[in-house]
Amino acid sequence: MKGAQILIESLCKEKVEIIFGYPGGAVLPLFDVLYNAPIKFILTRHEQAAAHAADGYARSTGKVGVCIATSGPGATNLTTGIATAYMDSVPIVAITGQVKTFLIGNDAFQEADTTGVSRSITKHNYLVKNIKDLAITIKEAFHIAKTGRPGPVLVDLPVDIQMQDAEFNYPQKVEIRGYKPTYFGHPGQIKKALKLIYNTKRPVIIAGGGVIISGASEELVKFAEKINIPVTTTLMGLGGFPGTHPLSLGMPGMHGTVYANMAITESDLIIAIGCRFDDRVTGKVDAFAPEAKIIHIDIDPTSISKNIKVDVPIVGDAKNILGQLLEELDTSRLPDLGGWEKRIKDYKRKHPLYYKKSKLKIKPQQVVEELYLQTKGKAIVVTEVGQNQMWAAQFYKIDYPRHFLSSGGLGTMGYGFPASVGAKLGNPDKIVIDIAGDGSIQMNIQELATVSTYNIGVKVAILNNHYLGMVRQWQELFYNKHYSATPLKNPDFVKVAEGYGVKGMKVTKEKDLKKSIKEFLSYQGPIIADFWVEEEENVFPMVPAGEAINRMIGGMA
Amino acid sequence: MKHTLQVLVENKFGVLARVASLFSARGYNIDSLAVGETHDPTISCMTIVVDAEDERILEQIKKQLNKLIDVITVIDFTRKEYIDRELILLKINKREDTVGLIDKLISDYSLKVLDNKEDSCIIEICGDSHLVEKVLQEAKKIGIKELIRSGKLAISN
Repeated sequence: MKGAQILIESLCKEKVEIIFGYPGGAVLPLFDVLYNAPIKFILTRHEQAAAHAADGYARSTGKVGVCIATSGPGATNLTTGIATAYMDSVPIVAITGQVKTFLIGNDAFQEADTTGVSRSITKHNYLVKNIKDLAITIKEAFHIAKTGRPGPVLVDLPVDIQMQDAEFNYPQKVEIRGYKPTYFGHPGQIKKALKLIYNTKRPVIIAGGGVIISGASEELVKFAEKINIPVTTTLMGLGGFPGTHPLSLGMPGMHGTVYANMAITESDLIIAIGCRFDDRVTGKVDAFAPEAKIIHIDIDPTSISKNIKVDVPIVGDAKNILGQLLEELDTSRLPDLGGWEKRIKDYKRKHPLYYKKSKLKIKPQQVVEELYLQTKGKAIVVTEVGQNQMWAAQFYKIDYPRHFLSSGGLGTMGYGFPASVGAKLGNPDKIVIDIAGDGSIQMNIQELATVSTYNIGVKVAILNNHYLGMVRQWQELFYNKHYSATPLKNPDFVKVAEGYGVKGMKVTKEKDLKKSIKEFLSYQGPIIADFWVEEEENVFPMVPAGEAINRMIGGMA
Repeated sequence: MKHTLQVLVENKFGVLARVASLFSARGYNIDSLAVGETHDPTISCMTIVVDAEDERILEQIKKQLNKLIDVITVIDFTRKEYIDRELILLKINKREDTVGLIDKLISDYSLKVLDNKEDSCIIEICGDSHLVEKVLQEAKKIGIKELIRSGKLAISN
């Protein structure tokens, strides 16, 4: 069997249903096999979009996303998408063509050192130099991508290997001696954690993306309810615990809720689950939860005590460890948390998320809120990066895991639209909305061609404030309103959409908002809505960079 | 503070680059690195001396190394017994006023002279880090023309 065929057969063995990508000289043999393969291929209009689409597919379904690009520029175009997936622990397998093995290192046409370029943004990568290694490499790539702390794996495949012959034997099992993730918590650590839990008066759970990845939401709800612990979910953790649950504190950190940040600051016990204490969550590290002991559950040992010193680390899978904790929990020893509950209720009542409506202009938060109400909170929400992302996180209460997709770690503008393509193809029966900004959407707007070609019913809601809003906000607050390079002269998004054969609509009046959103949501097929919103609206509350998280500005009702 | 790590890795191309780029990407300092095949040809051994400001950074370095798929084991010799050796090649210029000092250095530490010319000589120093440092201090006083270090090797005992 030819190498190209071996690769595609291997993907079939991995039950790959869909591949995103872009052809080119160094992957021609692969595309020749794909021509008749039982795998759906989606041609994006830029390789970066292929990586994001694979990412969106993976995040929303829990399966491994696959993308293909050619050598050189094809591969380097993938890198932003790969780095995005790496920072947010998303399992994707990226396959890149490479120049012929004997040309490697000769500065051949469309040659780039792809394994070198992608080394620090992949969980692992491979250059296949021998056809005999191809099948096992694909097996290992999928295994590494989806186990432990998931992440992107890149396989660089020279074009001559794609054309060589070998016998096809797909390995049943894979054994990598240097890779043995820990899945169950150490019993001694579980006991230590429970001891802290029995003695706490002011506990808070911080649930991160790991809760969603390990499928631990049910266990988390059980655990939180049993002990009556409030839960704050990080940007990556949104939906890991229902946003409408009475114990939910919403999001912590820089644009988190007042009550989440105050609860953390006043807490005596933080139980962090599958989160890595990003600086956007902790603010000033010395002032983060100063009175709290910290239990940290994470499958990646490097996440533990990296940013925040941890008292009881438990390395393992969040679902398993929550199961272990629930099993060992002696409910007769649980503390009375009534006082704490009351204090948090007070914070919630006094400082809810807040914005002021206006009769004259549409408020961006209002768009998100209206989308939330009219979809009954059931849509898969994908975001770009910036103000749109924060308003989406604040005002679209996510109740289900894998329903909020956002570039949290890398903060990649241009992520949302192609990621929503992947999400929609993975979840054809769900409403998928990309909440975008007028800046971000233009970073991958060429994907209108993709949604048009395949009639992918993604809905893009542009919160158009004619600025790079988040940067403008920082300029307003910290740089004397020097709006340097942030005002945007935008195209007519309706015409752009129509140029690609996609439905476009523009909404400028507050009074039309409800009706327009109804039309936007009921439309079958891809659609862009350009909402002209208040231009200088800010995301509040806000913790200035480097400040303690209880030192928030703005947004106090 | 300096710490000696023994890192067993898959003997594959690119592994050295993975380890090296991990250190540079995360801003850790490598003091020395010596690498070669072990008795098992599928495994290479790296002896890495790292300069870590504190225990937390050392812990991170070890964990990050362990996280690399091609790294099989990481042993930290910090609180363990081990034997270490380093090989140093030293070229010293001979001058009238230093010839005597050079001879004394060679005899004091029983050093091997690998090459002896009229105006310069090449000396081999092989020993543990303690000895190596002592000899180098003496040699610096005399004046070093060229210095090549193999990096430290270490084995547990």
